Amino acid sequence: MTRGVLLGPQRLHPIVDKAADMLGIDGRIAAVTAGWQEREAEDQELCAALGNRAVNLMLHARAETAFREDPELFAAHRAKQDRLRQLQDLYRLRLASHLKAARRVQQAQAPRDLIESELEEAVQAIRLLDAHHVVKTHHIQKDFDRKVKPLERPAVVKQLKEIEAILATCAGVAIAGGHVAVLYNRLRLFDLGPRLADLPIIAWSAGAMVVASRIVLFHDSPPQGRGNAEVLEGGLGLFPGVVPLPHARRRLNLQDPGRITVFARRFAPATCVALDERCFLHFDGPRWSAGANTFQLRTDGHLVALH
Amino acid sequence: MSAMNTRLTPPTKLAIQSFLAHGPVDAAAIDKFLRSHSFPLIEGRNATFVYRGPGDQVNLRHWVFGLGSSQPFTRVGNTDFWYHTLELPPQSRVEYKLEVILGGVGTWIRDPLNPNLAHDPFGANSVAHGQGYRTPNWTEHDPEARPGSMVEASLEGTPLGTQRVSIYLPARFRESRRYPLLIVHDGGDYLRYAALKTVLDNLIHRLEVAPLVAALTHPGDRIGEYPNNPSHAAFIAEHLLPFMEKRYPLYAAPAARCLMGASFGGVASLSTAWRYPGTFGRLLLQSGSFAFTDIGESKRGPVFARVVDFVNAFRESPGRPSDKVYLSCGTYESLIYENRSLVPLLQSTGMDVKYEEARDGHNWENWRDRLRSGLSWLFPGPLWMVYE
Repeated sequence: MTRGVLLGPQRLHPIVDKAADMLGIDGRIAAVTAGWQEREAEDQELCAALGNRAVNLMLHARAETAFREDPELFAAHRAKQDRLRQLQDLYRLRLASHLKAARRVQQAQAPRDLIESELEEAVQAIRLLDAHHVVKTHHIQKDFDRKVKPLERPAVVKQLKEIEAILATCAGVAIAGGHVAVLYNRLRLFDLGPRLADLPIIAWSAGAMVVASRIVLFHDSPPQGRGNAEVLEGGLGLFPGVVPLPHARRRLNLQDPGRITVFARRFAPATCVALDERCFLHFDGPRWSAGANTFQLRTDGHLVALH
Repeated sequence: MSAMNTRLTPPTKLAIQSFLAHGPVDAAAIDKFLRSHSFPLIEGRNATFVYRGPGDQVNLRHWVFGLGSSQPFTRVGNTDFWYHTLELPPQSRVEYKLEVILGGVGTWIRDPLNPNLAHDPFGANSVAHGQGYRTPNWTEHDPEARPGSMVEASLEGTPLGTQRVSIYLPARFRESRRYPLLIVHDGGDYLRYAALKTVLDNLIHRLEVAPLVAALTHPGDRIGEYPNNPSHAAFIAEHLLPFMEKRYPLYAAPAARCLMGASFGGVASLSTAWRYPGTFGRLLLQSGSFAFTDIGESKRGPVFARVVDFVNAFRESPGRPSDKVYLSCGTYESLIYENRSLVPLLQSTGMDVKYEEARDGHNWENWRDRLRSGLSWLFPGPLWMVYE
């Protein structure tokens, strides 16, 4: 089992150094900041927070280089991403009606036991749709792997060798947040999930989202749209059983038990965890524990401290 | 939506009614009443305004279209205590002053009992917040938001002479990236009275609006420059736009160029886009002064003459000046009719139109409060995908 610490946002009150201590990382730390995209190399604050022992894997830049050297790979990758986006749009259409149905059932005037049983069915329909979407995205990714064989292409192999050489000198990995899809795609392009699994991992915000078993996008009150939480893809699956929710205080209406109960039931048995500043989840083999003020969204609609 | 009026909403007994009904209204009782409430006193749909001081008459003066602009207060007995209750629908925001008439001389003052003020180029007004209205937190300084920066520039040799422009660059601005461009009419007023820099900093920080560069103009004679003035349009399209595109890394595409303005600034934005179709793919028009006539003369006076000519011509032949238009107006404005009328016309051109109303008037804080909705619709940020 991979050991690791999942964290909330680190910009204002970083605790990555404490996370490294918790994991007993004694040595260099491979940093993944691909979610920052073209700002990937601006990692001075991160390096300082980690005690100036980080070495950036530069996955975003490496992918750009590989794409530049291998136009066929670039075209195929772009086509795959277009197809994933189209699938996401279609999933959203279906999801909107499923979630609307669940909310309507919650607000209906009827005996409580009837509402409860119908809500369970409505949530089950959402769970099936989410599962279906994960399978479909997995098929698209696997189809790309089978046809394009990225790990056999010289442009990728060259980068991967350098990445593996760096990883061989590192005692741990730090995965920063940022653009969650870009981060996931870069990790996936170099098939880093299995390669990182043996090292202790510190991951925060989008980084925490991609190492889980499902990447869940969420915001209850965006300026446009309904704010329907949606599954992006399956994630690296290094830390199963949790749905990390960074910036939960800002992004979720945690005062609304109705929304919380649908959210938590939808992803159960995984534990939905609000990861705000100074919060953490510590995975020590098969067991995990949580920091103070780290809350779970419970299926009864309430928040409960995990500490 | 019901207009604001002076009907009281039964059956709740208001605090002022209870106060007057219980015991003698003497100086001590008035002091106690004033100490125990904040004013205006908002109770459901009712707002009670209170004044204490010398006067022969006291009036509530406001700018709510459709409601008598002068609402008389009632004096309580022979005291110096005055009050007036009117209906204020939920979410309303109303700017007002008190007119105190003493010895035949009327003086307009801000409500001494109300700390809420709204500033504009003419000074400041008191503000009544209806039930449920909250000043949006994204309009206030957020210490977590990375601040953008302001740069001053001067453009010489434009059709309007030398023009000063203030330029907003988003936090973490980089020459290697490309940005959309927002051109803001009355930029100085937007900065001062609508907290535009704070709003942009916050909305970009929250990922709700894409990082953008804004060019804020400072008109000389806006009444002359704004209503379909070819010199103004040429300044924007042929001087300011090329200047900005040469100096900053901007997307060179209509979809990444927005003209924004309020009141006459809305007219300037629409008329410039109309004169240069295919150039500005985004418009943000707030309480535009889109006066027109279906028949006969406009009653809005000579200042509006060129506006009416333009809007009449635009209605006759709108073309397709832009691709995506955000339009807003306050329901307490006289311009609500004109703005509502514009919506189907804009839609008929094939443009994507989003129209929003608010229970507010023709003022800068109304325009401030709509910026999140407008900007996030025209230039959506990566909110859904970025978790930093």
